[in-house]
Amino acid sequence: MAAVAATVAGLLTLTACGGDGGGAAQGTQGGGGEKKVEVFSWWTGPGEADGLKAMREIFQKNNAGLEFFDAAVAGGSGDKARALLTTKLQAGDPPDTFQGHAGAELQGYIKAGQLEPVNFLYDELKLKEVFPQQLIDQISVRGDIYSVPVNIHRSNVMWFNPGVLKEAGVAEVPKTIPEFVTALDKVKKAGKVPLAIGSEWTMVHLLESVLLGSLGTDAYNALWTANADWSGPAMTKALNDFKTVLSYAGDPADDWQPAAKQVADGQAAFTVMGDWAYGYFHNPPDGGLGKKSKTDFDWAPSPGTAGTFMWLSDSFTLPKGAPNRDGAVAWLKVAASKEGQDAFNPKKGSIPARKDADTSLYTDYLADALKDWGSNKLAGSIQHGVVVNDAWRTAINEAVGLFHEDKDVAALQSSLAEAAKNSGQ
Amino acid sequence: MTRVRRWLPGLLLVMPSLVAIGVFVYGMLGWNFRLAMTDRHDEVSEGFFVGLDNFFSLWSQKPWVISVHHAIVFTAVFVLGALALGWLLAFLMEKGIRGEGTFRAVYLFPMAVSFVATGVVWRWLMNSARDERAVGLNRLFDGLGLDALQWGWFRDQDWGMAAMAIPAIWQISGYVMALFLAGFRGVPEELREAARVDGCAEWQVYRHVVLPLLRPVTLSALIILGHISLKVFDLIVAVSGKQIVTYVPAISMWVAVFDSHDPAKGAAIASYIVLAVSVFVVPYLVWSLRREKRS
Repeated sequence: MAAVAATVAGLLTLTACGGDGGGAAQGTQGGGGEKKVEVFSWWTGPGEADGLKAMREIFQKNNAGLEFFDAAVAGGSGDKARALLTTKLQAGDPPDTFQGHAGAELQGYIKAGQLEPVNFLYDELKLKEVFPQQLIDQISVRGDIYSVPVNIHRSNVMWFNPGVLKEAGVAEVPKTIPEFVTALDKVKKAGKVPLAIGSEWTMVHLLESVLLGSLGTDAYNALWTANADWSGPAMTKALNDFKTVLSYAGDPADDWQPAAKQVADGQAAFTVMGDWAYGYFHNPPDGGLGKKSKTDFDWAPSPGTAGTFMWLSDSFTLPKGAPNRDGAVAWLKVAASKEGQDAFNPKKGSIPARKDADTSLYTDYLADALKDWGSNKLAGSIQHGVVVNDAWRTAINEAVGLFHEDKDVAALQSSLAEAAKNSGQ
Repeated sequence: MTRVRRWLPGLLLVMPSLVAIGVFVYGMLGWNFRLAMTDRHDEVSEGFFVGLDNFFSLWSQKPWVISVHHAIVFTAVFVLGALALGWLLAFLMEKGIRGEGTFRAVYLFPMAVSFVATGVVWRWLMNSARDERAVGLNRLFDGLGLDALQWGWFRDQDWGMAAMAIPAIWQISGYVMALFLAGFRGVPEELREAARVDGCAEWQVYRHVVLPLLRPVTLSALIILGHISLKVFDLIVAVSGKQIVTYVPAISMWVAVFDSHDPAKGAAIASYIVLAVSVFVVPYLVWSLRREKRS
């Protein structure tokens, strides 16, 4: 794995050197040559890699003396990239800046003293004025901020097939969990799969939306504070809702894409997935399904969560001991800028974290998302590392995996309570 | 002096590998056991000695109990399946089939494929979708009208791990066949003749002459399969990823170290895997050492 990454990275440098006539060869030595900035991410897929390239061009234009070094490692949600990153950080060999989900997922790095706070950047660029206040609150750790969010994805989105709903006699898009259950039941009677689902992590993704919808935004946000109530009756009810909703799920597909495809193909009615699914539904074949929005597929906030934006965000960090700290700061400035975010996000299929984005760039679903981002209450995602650290998230995943086998709500609730107690967060 | 001259060059010759093995195998094993006996439950804490706490506390964690259960089911199905299929293939081959070389190559070929590649293909073959959404084997059954045979494969809660053993059996049984074939060929023809002369039917020849002589081969096959099976990781990651429904100890270890960031727990699981494998391997080593001495 590491060897492959190194080779790929090596090839990239070679081509980069060829392009500018070899001036960058002794980059790290400083002096007359260009200085290399190693940017570590997992953006290698269609869309996201294009977005990264667009930001890279802006970076190169603004920083003539610096050379962008792309150290991307393939693999969705960064599973493999993060395993490699862990080894690099433990070996005291950090990249100049690396991608991470904003929020609690960074706690491990913060605790290990591997990250430098970037408050100075927020002050210098007046970022606190352009990012929503709730976002700043939710990513601050004891008053310090450790990352610069580049994009925002929404987790609580319910995707559905209007044709299937019509066939099943579901006239209105369900807005609450009881309405949702009624709709699921109608679809089941019509002989289609009511709710498409993928591997175990997609069930955790569903759980966070059901918790938010059933508990309400304030109680959900309180779960990650000292006032959390994991053992009370409200949680029992929410978990029973989860059980009911899950009982309408079809056979688990391999991952979220085959589950989304069941909806697109009219075999299933609903699926709850983050808004990266939009690109999959909408993009032309070869990367997407080429479906028409509002007719072949449609979306709404997952039941009971209208008015709340459950967010997750990719962000960049400043590792302690970064070989080229100035270069990393220059990159963070591009990543935080309106120009950088507006170049990246339309390509990646996400919205900027900034409130002052150029709205004309975001159409269709993204226009909806951008509008809600500016006006909704915010809640952080569980599965995507905003509100819980890795250990806690893993414990929740295992609890949900077990629940899928035994359907025991009491056991699920006690293991979730236990996980919260042990999290040390 | 002469005595030194006799053993010193030999020792010097093996010294580099002795040192390398000492440090990188046994040293690391020792380091791992030591880590398993500390309370280093995140990457930054110091880690104090807590004895066997981690080893005991694992058993109160349901995911671990499930992964042990899965490992047992997988091992049983995989070892017995591969032995039976390998034996059968060798038996047929031994009957002097025409084009034996070709068949041997065909059966051995899966060995050349990595478990990851096998897993990717079998993930599709064993897709759990049914009826109009079926692909892979379920689609085949659907098309043949054998609807009753469609099932959840590795997603089945009770027998999923048995399904998971199928690709492993597919891959390894050719190798077991090669082992048995060599064993069959090692049985002297005179012994079989003698048995036949004494009035043995053909199955009795196998029952009383060939099978007992195959015991050493069976034992080696058992040990090779057993330790592959207890350590299985790549196949399961390729087929299903990290999901409770297919947890095995090696997956639990990965999750503990890289997802939960709990080095002590990961080390305890790793120790259990080493112990489980040595239950297979140590008796075998003792046995083969003794045999070497005898001969």
